[in-house]
Amino acid sequence: MKLTIKPLHQSSGTPVQGLKPTVFWRIGEDIPPSFSSLLIVLSVVVPFLAWWVLSTSGLVHPKFLPSPPQVINALVRLWQSGVLLQDITASCFRVGTGFFLAAVVAAPLGIAMGTFASIRSLTEPIFGIVRYMPAPAFVPLLIIYLGLEEPPKIALIFIGTVFFNILMIMDAVKFVPKELIEATYTLGGRRWQVLLQVITPYVIPNIIDAFRINMAASWNLVVVAELVAATEGLGKRIELAQRFFRTDEIFACLIILGLIGFAIDLSFRVLLRVSCRWAVD
Amino acid sequence: MHLEAIHVYKQFQTRQGSLMALKDINMHIETGEFVGAVGTSGSGKSTLLRLIAGLETPTTGKIKMDGAEVIGPGADRGVVFQNYTLYPWMTAMDNVGFGLKLQGIKPKERRVRVKEYLEVVGLSQFTNAYPKELSGGMKQRVAIARALACHPKVLLMDEPFGALDIQTKASMQEFILELWQRLGITIFMITHDVEEAVFLSQRVYVMTSRPGQIQRKLSINLPLNRDHSIKRHSTFQDYKDIIVDLLSGRDVATSNSD
Ligand SMILES: Nc1ncnc2c1ncn2[C@@H]1O[C@H](COP(=O)(O)OP(=O)(O)OP(=O)(O)O)[C@@H](O)[C@H]1O
Ligand SMILES: [Mg+2]
Repeated sequence: MKLTIKPLHQSSGTPVQGLKPTVFWRIGEDIPPSFSSLLIVLSVVVPFLAWWVLSTSGLVHPKFLPSPPQVINALVRLWQSGVLLQDITASCFRVGTGFFLAAVVAAPLGIAMGTFASIRSLTEPIFGIVRYMPAPAFVPLLIIYLGLEEPPKIALIFIGTVFFNILMIMDAVKFVPKELIEATYTLGGRRWQVLLQVITPYVIPNIIDAFRINMAASWNLVVVAELVAATEGLGKRIELAQRFFRTDEIFACLIILGLIGFAIDLSFRVLLRVSCRWAVD
Repeated sequence: MHLEAIHVYKQFQTRQGSLMALKDINMHIETGEFVGAVGTSGSGKSTLLRLIAGLETPTTGKIKMDGAEVIGPGADRGVVFQNYTLYPWMTAMDNVGFGLKLQGIKPKERRVRVKEYLEVVGLSQFTNAYPKELSGGMKQRVAIARALACHPKVLLMDEPFGALDIQTKASMQEFILELWQRLGITIFMITHDVEEAVFLSQRVYVMTSRPGQIQRKLSINLPLNRDHSIKRHSTFQDYKDIIVDLLSGRDVATSNSD
């Protein structure tokens, strides 16, 4: 039998087969900053324009889809009557207090669980189960135990975020290089020094990141809590607006919620950048 | 200082059953010596160093330091790891001073010692640099300074130059040799690079694998003041050949074991 081997380089006319360069579909590489800015602008402008066009086209009844100017009007109206500021303050206070308490509990507990296999065995199974109980399902109990004022709302946010924070921080500790801990022992370090001066600083960037990610859950929960029982708050405002069929106010509150979340997310990123320069490229 | 391993065996339990990583290891290190251990991959070099450092305990046998059994890690046995284990959130200065801080030495004295040892390793310019801003060779110098700042009785190094390019490696070898002579420190260094072992050590333990054993103890009788030109010397070549033969399983009658 005769073997025919194709020449590797064919006649000079045919182009060499290879990976073609691209801008949009680059994997794991940066794209030019100007192109990136353009895409960022598009990501906001396109949905906004689509909304505007759709709401003014007459295809959808304005009661269902208010136009941007209507929503801005509603925003101004809510602001001028003072209720918007009141609602924002109330919701922020609940989220802030609940999440702060969860963070204060989660950071030391998560670090301890990641560091000591003993504490992990002692706590992980029960946390793993409780974590899967949906936090809103606790609302009736919390109302029975804590009444209708602020405590049940704060408790709901606490319950709904503390376990995720704990487990994410615990996981981060697992990535502390073993050699870094051993190096500390060979420098005369004691176990508590390893815990406080090596493991803790190493995972601080991860803790900030865990908080940033889990913050979103606390905003979900504050709305849930306010839908059930509240006199003010952004969730309450949405519920009232629904009762009076004021979709423009619902839109206004949604936008405010989005903007607050975005601002909080951004501040966590800035905090990470400022406090852990070593960890960000 | 007198450090010795006496009939040390180390067994690891793995999923495939138990694995004899070290078998009947007897060795010693004396004050001021530069002792090397060379061997193929898997011959248990790292395990031996970790046993001496106290990061592992022998299955049977004893590691003794000045007559007292080693039961855990401590600042009297400084360790330099292969993968530059610096604290990424600390500057070079804070890395070097960290051992002193752990031992409760006052900031004032710490600053003096840190400055001294950054000078010793030639990194005074990089006091405030973070590890990610340093090259591999510089990182390893910081790690060496960090270990030395604690004034250990012996410095243990596990393939410290294994990840460096050839030129940097050569200059680091001369650097550590010079440091050893200048400071009169005691060093135990592990390598799989035969030339490096002969170039640096006064005494070399040649290790073979399955199970990890010391094949031969070899005294290197070369002038103390060496530089890389000695590598062309015929005696140097002879030592190299002996070790290479031992590692490849061939025994040579001319070996000068003692
Ligand atoms: N913690 C452990 N658990 C199980 N087996 C281990 C462990 N540490 C080492 N071993 C085994 O012991 C043997 C010796 O390992 P060791 O790392 O000491 O070799 P080495 O001489 O340092 O090799 P290298 O040159 O590749 O670093 C290897 O077969 C390794 O798989
Ligand atoms: Mg090794």
